[in-house]
Amino acid sequence: MKFVGVTSCPTGIAHTYMAAEGLEQAATAAGHTIEVETQGSAGFDKLSPETIAAADAVIFAVGVPVRERARFAGKPTVDTDVKKAISDGPGLIAQAVALAEEEAANPTAAKAGSPPSGGLVTKVDQGASVGNRIRQWLMTGVSYMIPFVAAGGILIALGFMLAQLFGGKNGAIVVTQMYSLTGPPDPNPTNIVNVVTDFNAADGMHWAALLFLVGAASFSFLVPILSGFIAFAIADRPGLAPGIVGGFIASTIGAGFLGGIATGFIAGFVALWISRWKVPKGLRGVMPVVVIPLLSVFITGALIIVVLGRPIKAVSDGLASWLNGLTGTNLILLGVILGLMMAFDMGGPVNKVAYTFATTGLAAAAVATSGTNLQIMAAVMAAGMTPPLGLALATTIRRHLFSEAERENGQAAWLLGASFITEGAIPFAAADPLRVIPACMLGSGLTGGLVMLFGNTLRAPHGGIWVTPLIGNPLLYLLAIAIGTVVTAAAVIALKAAGPGPVKTELDAAGLAEVVV
Amino acid sequence: MALITENLVVLNLDYPDRHAATRVLAQALADEGRVTDLDGFLADVRKREEQMPTGLPGGIGIPHARSAYVTEPSLVFGRSPKGIDWGAEDGPATLIFLIAAPEGGGDEHLKILAALARRLMRTEFRESLMNAPDAASVVDVVTREVVNP
Repeated sequence: MKFVGVTSCPTGIAHTYMAAEGLEQAATAAGHTIEVETQGSAGFDKLSPETIAAADAVIFAVGVPVRERARFAGKPTVDTDVKKAISDGPGLIAQAVALAEEEAANPTAAKAGSPPSGGLVTKVDQGASVGNRIRQWLMTGVSYMIPFVAAGGILIALGFMLAQLFGGKNGAIVVTQMYSLTGPPDPNPTNIVNVVTDFNAADGMHWAALLFLVGAASFSFLVPILSGFIAFAIADRPGLAPGIVGGFIASTIGAGFLGGIATGFIAGFVALWISRWKVPKGLRGVMPVVVIPLLSVFITGALIIVVLGRPIKAVSDGLASWLNGLTGTNLILLGVILGLMMAFDMGGPVNKVAYTFATTGLAAAAVATSGTNLQIMAAVMAAGMTPPLGLALATTIRRHLFSEAERENGQAAWLLGASFITEGAIPFAAADPLRVIPACMLGSGLTGGLVMLFGNTLRAPHGGIWVTPLIGNPLLYLLAIAIGTVVTAAAVIALKAAGPGPVKTELDAAGLAEVVV
Repeated sequence: MALITENLVVLNLDYPDRHAATRVLAQALADEGRVTDLDGFLADVRKREEQMPTGLPGGIGIPHARSAYVTEPSLVFGRSPKGIDWGAEDGPATLIFLIAAPEGGGDEHLKILAALARRLMRTEFRESLMNAPDAASVVDVVTREVVNP
């Protein structure tokens, strides 16, 4: 008979290979053949899908969970401890023979249900400590999210630039409001351009809108992809569907990337739990294609809506009314508070409350010309620019504190920060929230307060440096942003240098940068 | 550099417990400059040992770690005529292999350690080590079987 096996152990230098040798010796002695995939430290040569398909049974002799286990789905499987293969290889081969004979006599529908793995890679070292594994789960999500951040952020920034060029000083506002892909949702439809039906290559603003809309589409995947690949790192393939769906719901209900991290963990553990159920053999074949996706997607989605949805709404509402109650207090204090909120979750509920507070004020200001509202808008935008700028600075001056993928993201973060695309900081914050978020809040709070102190005003809801003509007292404004940027970078560097910092080397060793491509 | 040298062979390793024995083997690595921080390395080995003792059936103990304090992949061989309890169910270990791998070791180096681990499963290999008259023959056996097979 033909068998395949997987061996692994916590350190990956000894038991893995002894177990492989034990299985091979036992198989040869009994007149069978076996190919063993040693998931150790010396590389990890995957068994070919053909070899797995041809195998009569599978033997897992593992000390840590099998990587990409779904490749073996549907095969009769002996699942045991790595030491068993060292002490009793012949016994395991005998068990595998028995299972394979049973399967041959009474075939299940299982074989159809094992699609080959698509070659997606996690950065998770199964032997790592809990803290490291959490960081590795996060980094897996982040590494797959980064291309969406970079592509989306740069496209949006380029859109702003073109809009500034062709649309004048209000161009960056017009481009986000007057163009859409689905026709006019506005009660006043004459102004909205449907870019799908009416694209005009001769109109610079149309190109700006095209860049902006594609960028925005890419951005809508940030949270789903982050969530999906955190779940993938935890549960392998079964985690992907519930993770992405959960992340999409988190995004839809405004939970931001912190919500996406939560859904990633929930989805991952739900999928892991279900995929470990002991099921009757007849059901095994439909587990990966129907049962696991169905149950894990529903449980994750329902949990997020029912459990996470309400508190987030309550927090948003509570914060919003609290902010409204603050009007009339010290403006500098208000600037600091808004700054802290902008950096706290970068697009999540807290950030949205601060941003909405500012834009609502802006709408009122259009009729009432209240200087305060314009100052609030200025503070909010500046505070939203410093997180990516600060992290870009930190990756430039202290490269070794960041992974390869983070350093590359840092390059894009300059442009994203300058364009008030706070999301440029999310990859850093999602990978190491406990250190990056406080550092960003420090810089943003300071910048928010400074903008109020300097009395800057802003008549645009976004645009970053591309709306400089709309900023009152732009030089002091840029100074406030520069100070916040430097403080953010200094704080990130101090926190990262102080804490345990092995994340970077482990991840680089695992080829993090390569898998992004 | 070689995986093992005569200075990395301890033929009379008789200590009451495996941690004391491991320290003696690790000291040899430190003396050779292959381990930069003895206590740091021992802590790494101990962490691994606490996850699951590395004693194996047939009187084998394989304390091991990937550690930042290791400068190159190394093997220290210890032989204990009386045997040392290494957590295996079938009795104490008489052949002890302390395997040290650098944290970020290249694939080539790790492949040598993988080959070593595979040889440990061969009865002839264990017997030649058991019967080796002196340190030089131990080094010979390992080099012949693992390094230049």
